[in-house]
Amino acid sequence: MTLKLSDLTLLLPDYPQPDPRGRFGRFGGRYVPETLIPALDELEEAYRNAKQDPSFLNELDRLLREFVGRPSPLYLAQRLTDYAGGAKIYLKREDFNYTGAHKINNCLAQGLLAVRMGKKRIVAETGAGQHGVASATAAALLGLDCVVYMGAEDIRRQELNVFRMKLLGAEVREVTSGTKTLKDATNEAIRDWVTNVRDTFYILGSVVGPHPYPAMVRDFQSIIGEETKVQLEALEGRQAPDAIVACVGGGSNAIGIFAPYAYLPADQRPRLIGTEAAGEGVHTGKHAASVAGGRVGVLHGSLMYLLNDDEGQIVPPHSISAGLDYPGIGPEHCFYSETGLAEYVPVTDAQALEALSLLTRLEGILPALESAHAIYYAVELARELGPDGIIVVNLSGRGDKDVSEVMRLLDLEKKLDSDKSVAQPQDQHVGDARKIEVNA
Amino acid sequence: MSAPTAPTTPKVRGPARIHAAFAEAQAQGRAAFIPFMTAGYPTAAEFPAVADALLERADLLEVGIPYSDPLGDGPTIQRASEQALDGGTSTRRTLQLVADLRVRHDKPIVIMTYVNPIYAVGPREFMRLAQEAGVDGLILPDLPPDQDIEIAALAEEYGLAVTFLIAPTSTPARVRLVAEACTGFLYAVSVTGVTGTREGAALGEVPAMLALARQFAHVPIAVGFGVKDAATASQVAQQADGVVVGSAFINAVRDGQDVGALAAEIAEGCKKQ
Repeated sequence: MTLKLSDLTLLLPDYPQPDPRGRFGRFGGRYVPETLIPALDELEEAYRNAKQDPSFLNELDRLLREFVGRPSPLYLAQRLTDYAGGAKIYLKREDFNYTGAHKINNCLAQGLLAVRMGKKRIVAETGAGQHGVASATAAALLGLDCVVYMGAEDIRRQELNVFRMKLLGAEVREVTSGTKTLKDATNEAIRDWVTNVRDTFYILGSVVGPHPYPAMVRDFQSIIGEETKVQLEALEGRQAPDAIVACVGGGSNAIGIFAPYAYLPADQRPRLIGTEAAGEGVHTGKHAASVAGGRVGVLHGSLMYLLNDDEGQIVPPHSISAGLDYPGIGPEHCFYSETGLAEYVPVTDAQALEALSLLTRLEGILPALESAHAIYYAVELARELGPDGIIVVNLSGRGDKDVSEVMRLLDLEKKLDSDKSVAQPQDQHVGDARKIEVNA
Repeated sequence: MSAPTAPTTPKVRGPARIHAAFAEAQAQGRAAFIPFMTAGYPTAAEFPAVADALLERADLLEVGIPYSDPLGDGPTIQRASEQALDGGTSTRRTLQLVADLRVRHDKPIVIMTYVNPIYAVGPREFMRLAQEAGVDGLILPDLPPDQDIEIAALAEEYGLAVTFLIAPTSTPARVRLVAEACTGFLYAVSVTGVTGTREGAALGEVPAMLALARQFAHVPIAVGFGVKDAATASQVAQQADGVVVGSAFINAVRDGQDVGALAAEIAEGCKKQ
């Protein structure tokens, strides 16, 4: 079949749905206070209707084109490809989206659903602030009140996004419980929703949480993969590349590009690879790699791979990128991992930082630290696949938000390197990115 | 009334002990008084004395397993949980603390826990440990009964009662499903929201919810969330079979108030008028 981009967003594709209890295999579910069960039923029903309502789909389509700027380009990263010396590397440029990342795809869709359900107030959680900014943007556009919960620690690290949300008219509420980061902001958003459930819509930012969120957010993000099919066909004469690489925290950008391919017959399915944040290394315990270093458990309403200790306490995650700094991974990813539909590999802070420098220098594209995890692995994989291969990387967001953090980290690294070079002049640890720097 | 009793009475455990406690309270013209305390709060060393003071007046005691991410709880119990966890009380230690209480108390003790600690320890192992510790039942605030039917079956196998929750938002179909799954008592949440005392606690939704629950429940019904003093306890006691009070006791411990005196006061409020 020949697909045209212009046909795409008019339909939300019908991927396999979770079972009636909201499970992908054994993962997912609705582990929430009973107070929320009727609200989740109501949401599920409203979403089911909206999916079949042309007026909802047309309005979403219009906003995605005219407000977000979709479709986002599929860009052949020639210099990166040359550098890797293997497979062609394409970048799906979600960093082109208005507000700077894939998050807006989901926020506008959920915002429209909130309006449709007659809810006047939305709440959202945010880590780095991307989902908070996207939610605040949707709220401003649609005339909704917006409260964003954000950990005190993240507020400190992401001052600019906090101010952006305030400019957009949102109220940013500081969360001081627990680790004061994304996980706790999510707890607090759920508590708000439990309390104000009758007039409040919770815009969840990832493919986590109680059913129907994981499936619904997946559907709203699947535009990424559906566009990729059409674009790749035009460029390469085939809809599926050999491999797709995307970073995974909760996993919404990854599922958005995986899902349109994941349920294809095995011989048509590309390798789907999620890069988890390995922080300082999975073996150090300071990481956010839920598949590689977690065990099955329940958080935020869903059964999933989770960083938790042998008595069930959640272990605080660590990642250089706030967007991946989450102790769990969405239930559909867990299902993919368990059934072999996708692979999940760890990428460290240092590797991500290296990839960020690399892509910026070679292509003039400053990726988000999150997306840099995927870039790193794509370069490795390109070598493995060889020149006949094609890889698509989901470049989920732009790195503007990370500039000051990267500046701080690179300064720190330089300092460490110069300390080290005194002791170890033959240091083998010099990454690819700095080789480029030297050669440039 | 009830000084700490040595466990000389016939060995009634689990659901039977819970039902007997409700029946006894009812016979005495009271709603059962069910105070809550986070295990290991304020410290593991001081917790037993706090629990003793509560058990002095309680019909049942609810002990919470400290949890890192208690999303059904307000700030009071969250902070108590953090403090208890910092002090080294997690899941297994909580069960040990209950076992220590069981040596000198014969009243029903129920554990309130989020589901993840049960999964992490392993459901069967958890039930075995709970039974061994002398726990009578489990309250499961983030486990709607249809999410995991095996938990209730396992609990029954180990002689433990299960309590699930209903809320003001619950539809008749949900109330029925939840009520029929409970083997200890049914827990009715008084407001849409999390635990904790609030100004002008709105208990206005309780009568309708209880009327609905009475149609389906074959176990006693306790009301909790937002009950903070004798007055609110009395309001609830006129309608329900039991009154759960949690955050008010945590606050009392935190502020160094006399927990026993507050318990006596609220127990008084539980009388049917």
